[in-house]
Amino acid sequence: MNNQNNIKFVQGNEACVEGAIYAGLNFFAGYPITPSTEIAEHLASRLPQKGGKFIQMEDEIASMAAIIGASLTGNKVMTATSGPGFSLKQEALGYACMAEIPCVIANVQRGGPSTGNPTHVSQGDVNQARWGTHGDHAIIALTASNHQDVFNITVQAFNLAETYRTPVILLLDEVIGHMREKLVIPEPGELPVVERLRTSVKKGVDYHPYLPREDGRLPMSDFGGEHRYNVTGLFHDMWGFPSNDPKVVSELLRHLVDKIETNVNEIAMYKEYWLDDADYILISYGSSARSAIHMARNRRARGVKIGVLELQTLWPFPAEMVREKCAGAKAVIVVEMNMGQVVTQVKNAVDNPHTVFLANRVDGELISPSDIKTLLRMIQGKGV
Amino acid sequence: MKKERFDFKDYIRPRFFPHMWCPGCGHGIVLSSLLRAVHELGLEKNEIVITSGIGCSSRISGYVDFHSLHTIHGRALAFATGVKLSKPSLKAIVPMGDGDALAIGGNHFIHAARRNIDITAIVMNNRIYGMTGGQFSPLSGSGKKATTAPYLTIDREFDVVDLAKSAGATFVARSTVFHAVECKDLLKKAIAHKGFSVVEILTQCPTYYGRKNKEGDAIQMMEGYKNNTVKIGSKKLEENPNLIQRGIFVEKTDVPEYCEAYDRIIQTAMKGKA
Repeated sequence: MNNQNNIKFVQGNEACVEGAIYAGLNFFAGYPITPSTEIAEHLASRLPQKGGKFIQMEDEIASMAAIIGASLTGNKVMTATSGPGFSLKQEALGYACMAEIPCVIANVQRGGPSTGNPTHVSQGDVNQARWGTHGDHAIIALTASNHQDVFNITVQAFNLAETYRTPVILLLDEVIGHMREKLVIPEPGELPVVERLRTSVKKGVDYHPYLPREDGRLPMSDFGGEHRYNVTGLFHDMWGFPSNDPKVVSELLRHLVDKIETNVNEIAMYKEYWLDDADYILISYGSSARSAIHMARNRRARGVKIGVLELQTLWPFPAEMVREKCAGAKAVIVVEMNMGQVVTQVKNAVDNPHTVFLANRVDGELISPSDIKTLLRMIQGKGV
Repeated sequence: MKKERFDFKDYIRPRFFPHMWCPGCGHGIVLSSLLRAVHELGLEKNEIVITSGIGCSSRISGYVDFHSLHTIHGRALAFATGVKLSKPSLKAIVPMGDGDALAIGGNHFIHAARRNIDITAIVMNNRIYGMTGGQFSPLSGSGKKATTAPYLTIDREFDVVDLAKSAGATFVARSTVFHAVECKDLLKKAIAHKGFSVVEILTQCPTYYGRKNKEGDAIQMMEGYKNNTVKIGSKKLEENPNLIQRGIFVEKTDVPEYCEAYDRIIQTAMKGKA
């Protein structure tokens, strides 16, 4: 199936680029920032080769703004950033939530807060991905622990952005972004690619850009097309006209949240390892999942009934799935590189939150299998 | 191609009216000049995207029957850059207030000018933040009264023309709402210009600027535009160098336009691949 040219040895950032191109990306705006810069660098080269557009903007805010503008003319769009840049993008990201603009934002996480630890790994932006912009809203955030999965979730990010007309965040991290590993580019058609859903309303017929179809989807009309309509960050009615009518405000806000939260099971992506008989479950994601899987494999070889649930969808948080998977476990250890962001979600999800523990590392170094093993032995009542 | 007689109803969205501007506000004249310019240029409504930020001036985008993008404060030019670069066949017009364009949006303003991307930026300069109730802006100038300057402003103002010129805009003009026909003619030239064009239009805010600074009502403020401005190079400047000049300050056609330059990048990249 795959020829030799499809096999690459690349950084995770490049796997993200290849996934985006496969998904049909044709407009990227960005600003240099470690450790995400390689995404911009590769797209500066790759996009014009296929007739797409790359622009280096004057700042992070402008990059986020530019991709929204380009999405409205009918393009699949992306920007990429890290910590401080992700903070700067938040207002425009909220605009994309409100105006329902399909777009993808890659955040290759580094240590924070502030300038933090730019060249070192962290997973400290999980909650920011969820709540970084102001006001109630819903968001989709995906992550992955190896380059093949980075490719796959990037394609899926574009698919979800188009399906739900929403910004989708790719929460990569420094280790994944910079590590080199094998990547096999799938043949065209091997992975599903969701195209922009455009309205079938004819010229001269009243087009309602913000009136959802029965299935909840909102067909779009490209700027420059036959339908002229208003796009705004204000609460708006089905024509896109600003409104502060309480009914309009309430219905729009509920729509923005419900379109994603009620589809949590469709959006949820995860992988599981040895969960069937597991007494101990490690829940992890991104680069820390590599250490969790490594450690569980070693413990299995020594007879410990341990498994791993690797989350690829962090938001909307798949609480129901997590509860079911953890139902039979004696203890759950959440492995992440922050002060405990996903562990809070897991505790809220499971039946016995007092059996949920956090194995973390926040010093800029990748959490190791032995870091996790130390905690496991304490839980098992064995000496460290 | 010039169309039939101008009728503003052909270009507005009745659903959005009445507009939200105060009685005596100059912004309606800017709107009218803009629509007349579009009409006289014979542009199709479907080929225009109007992008705005936040503020009184930014509401123009909703009132007009073009593709309209009402965005966030200060970033309209960045959104418009995405629109224009992704679909260069569209005409991009960006009306902004003075605070929107040059305080929070100042960085985008100079960089759009530097790139010479084919966007028309209209700076509707009323020297005040109107929507939030009369705070001083980077164009108020010193010695002015504002709700955030009860003891008078100490901030100096930008000169929009000089700033646009230095940043690399290839068309720079200034007019006032008193000079409505001139305004329309300058907007026509700016929209037709291939490259980044800036038109500063002095427009009165009697409600917050005029009242606070004892410049009178709308009519008195417009008389001020008549008496305190002259055409570029007017002899009156010899007697009074403080008069504000109106007209076209920059009109360059020898600078590559950004989208066209990028098309050449695509040609190069595609050849390299083959």
